Amino acid sequence: MNKAWWKVLCVLLLLYTCSMGFLVKIPVLDGRLQQSIRNLYFHVPMWFCMQTLFMVSVIYSILRLRKQDWKSDLYAVEFARTGLIFGLMGITTGAIWANYQWGEPWSGDAKQNGAAIALLIYFAYFILRGSFQDSEKKANISAVYNIFAFAMLFPTLWILPRMTESLHPGGQGSEGNPALNGSDLAPSMRMVFWPAVFGWTLLGVWIATLRIRLQKIKLHYATLQ
Amino acid sequence: MRHFNKFKVVLVSGLLLFSFYALAQNMDLKTEEPTDFMHSNGKIFVVMVVVITIVTGLLIYVINLDRKIRKLEKNILSGKV
Repeated sequence: MNKAWWKVLCVLLLLYTCSMGFLVKIPVLDGRLQQSIRNLYFHVPMWFCMQTLFMVSVIYSILRLRKQDWKSDLYAVEFARTGLIFGLMGITTGAIWANYQWGEPWSGDAKQNGAAIALLIYFAYFILRGSFQDSEKKANISAVYNIFAFAMLFPTLWILPRMTESLHPGGQGSEGNPALNGSDLAPSMRMVFWPAVFGWTLLGVWIATLRIRLQKIKLHYATLQ
Repeated sequence: MRHFNKFKVVLVSGLLLFSFYALAQNMDLKTEEPTDFMHSNGKIFVVMVVVITIVTGLLIYVINLDRKIRKLEKNILSGKV
């Protein structure tokens, strides 16, 4: 993962997103969304990135339980930490968008509430980690918790919002999955949306790996003393 | 002169050129409103330039962090502490 090509790709994709995100033609269907649909290239990828990072995190938690090594634990915690940052940015940008689209920043929308619950579950992961003195216990118990947290991620983000009406597009109860109707997207927007998802996700992975490398250096110096 | 590298020269001159481009204005003779690209669409492209500037700045910051960490890693690997 220490190669440069995917970092170059990340820079290019993000610059493409930030320019084409404003330049690409969007269909104006009615007076409601107008140009604010361009938030799709910034708000939605935050959640894609968060999910990817949490998925990587839970894989390392499972590896930690199998191999009992400190490295897997370090990877799990740093990917979860960066994922949480992206989740917070997702929920903040969502509230900003909602303020102008739905009339208030928080309208108790099924998907908003679900996302908030998911983030709180991941906050608890860090509180749990902070409550241990013994580092082996900390790593193992928090790895088990991380698996449960990830298991709750899908119900809170994808299943519960489907049970009721959601303000998110496509949220007609069991008819569709709120905010995940990729086929509804205009082809021109799809050409920006997927590069955006990929670029922002790569940035998340990049920051997580930087933190991991920094922690390794810290550990190296700690063992010298 | 060590810090005056090619990359910075290109970056600064690129940004300067861009600002000259932004200054160039075409006027609508009737309303006397500027009609160039940067003023079109409710000046949304001003926001675009701001976003690109912020993201570029953050990316340069992350790249620098990456380099600094790599230096520390090299020092450790070569046994310099």
